[in-house]
Amino acid sequence: MPFGGLIFLTSGLYMGWSLGANDAANIFGTAVGTRMVPFRTAAIISIIFITLGAVVSGGGAAHGLGALGAVNALPGSFVVSLCAAFTVMWMTKAGLPVSTTQAIVGAIIGWNLFSGYATDQDALTRIVGTWIFGPLLGAGIAFLLFFLVRFLLGRFNIHLIRLDKYTRTALILAGMFGAYSLGANNMANVVGVFVEASPFTDIRLFGFTFTGTQQLFMVGGLAAGVGVATYSKKVMLTVGSKLFKLSPITAFVVIVSTALVLFLFASQGLKEAMESVGLPSFPLVPVSQSQAAVGSILGVGIAKGGRNLNLALLRNIVLGWVATPLMAALLTYVALFIMQNVFMQVVYV
Amino acid sequence: MMGRKEGLKRLLTSKAKTLELEIEQYLGLIDQSALLLEEAIKKYLNDRFEEFEKKSAEVKETERQADELRRQITHRLYAEMLIPDSRGDVLGLLETTDNLADVAKRVANHFSTEKPEIYPFLKDDFRELTEISIKAVHELTLAVRAFFRDVYRVTEHLDKVHFWEHEADEVEDRLKRKAFEAPDIREFSKRVHMRYFAERISLLADEAEAVAERLAISAIKRNL
Repeated sequence: MPFGGLIFLTSGLYMGWSLGANDAANIFGTAVGTRMVPFRTAAIISIIFITLGAVVSGGGAAHGLGALGAVNALPGSFVVSLCAAFTVMWMTKAGLPVSTTQAIVGAIIGWNLFSGYATDQDALTRIVGTWIFGPLLGAGIAFLLFFLVRFLLGRFNIHLIRLDKYTRTALILAGMFGAYSLGANNMANVVGVFVEASPFTDIRLFGFTFTGTQQLFMVGGLAAGVGVATYSKKVMLTVGSKLFKLSPITAFVVIVSTALVLFLFASQGLKEAMESVGLPSFPLVPVSQSQAAVGSILGVGIAKGGRNLNLALLRNIVLGWVATPLMAALLTYVALFIMQNVFMQVVYV
Repeated sequence: MMGRKEGLKRLLTSKAKTLELEIEQYLGLIDQSALLLEEAIKKYLNDRFEEFEKKSAEVKETERQADELRRQITHRLYAEMLIPDSRGDVLGLLETTDNLADVAKRVANHFSTEKPEIYPFLKDDFRELTEISIKAVHELTLAVRAFFRDVYRVTEHLDKVHFWEHEADEVEDRLKRKAFEAPDIREFSKRVHMRYFAERISLLADEAEAVAERLAISAIKRNL
């Protein structure tokens, strides 16, 4: 692999780092913030399962993203990823809600516009559709799950002390699932734009083939791991104590329902199983984890009788749908122009 | 084979289970101290002073045991990092519940040292006041038990605590009025003495209500 390839991957690594620092923190935020699960345990689980999800099942959503626009030159991928990352960073700093998914979609459209490739309308509709459907689905699942958990708790009358023990175990299991789903679904945002222009080649070892794409996903997973290890603790403590004040049990409901949403939009196996029995299946595209989480939190809020419903959260979601892709697309367009005409790099072929 | 299985089960559940048992035991002691006080006061009112002293000593011993057990529970909760989320609530609850045993001990002690002369026409009222105050305490221990195991039933018990506390207030008031209006009591100091003991006994119900207020908030927090 040429050295230049590595340099161009850095923006993807940064996106991976951000995924590990922010999104992984959403999974274990309440658990760590309320000291139910020690940070070390949460970090190790996140790193292992994000990477596992990315390598095993990350391809599906990346393919869905690739259908939107196949960024086919490495310097182009670099710019797309960097601009998405920059949008995320800038909007986070401005205190606006942001999703990596929407940023990367906007950036890809920016690349499409610049390179003159047509944006696949079907793919775009599919992806944007999930932005609306994802939070709704999250709300629905969380709503049902909340009642199920409450029913079970009411039925078995578990002593507070023992319940605490079970809750810890449940939070760890849910965290594993959450991290796996995050890797499977959202790693596409990190490395998806590098798939077409991947600098990796297939490696054959002991009769197994480790494809270039899988290597790419593993690198993304490792970058996320670095994000978890270096920065997520701070975010976890914020999530656990300020942003969403959830009890450990409601946190469990939110984590599981968010993870289910991401999983549904990432699992090739599930898609095939549903299609084989003639059921409509979920498109394999990246969905926003934070918005699925907000949807789930609203679902729990409604299940609780809608007293503490924060409608500003809803408004923020809609704002994110519009502002993030627009900004990312604009930024990418300008950056590609600079890359092509100032740095003399080929940004599309 | 069976033994190994049981050993494994114990290894897995011991920490939580031990603590559960200790909390149950602790609440049992609180309940017991109140019941022993009731017995003690009844003996006193029936002029069986020797038996009263015996019961009074038992109240003291029960309070000591509860205190020790509470310290052990507190230590276990911190040392073994259990229920971090509701630890503050639980510790506060156990601490304020401990006040009940403390009040019981002090009431018994006051009777023992001051030996108040209870006038016959007030005896029934004192008996009733004691019974009602103990009922408030008992209902409170039920509420605390429900908090740990069946949080949706806490309110049911708390309502009863409030009811008995209110009843206790009424009997206390009636008793005090009788004491101050009765021509049989000649010395003012003796009237004041009757008032003092009525208030002491009623303090049990007041303390139970104070814990109940706290418990109500903790229970809302636990309602998912």
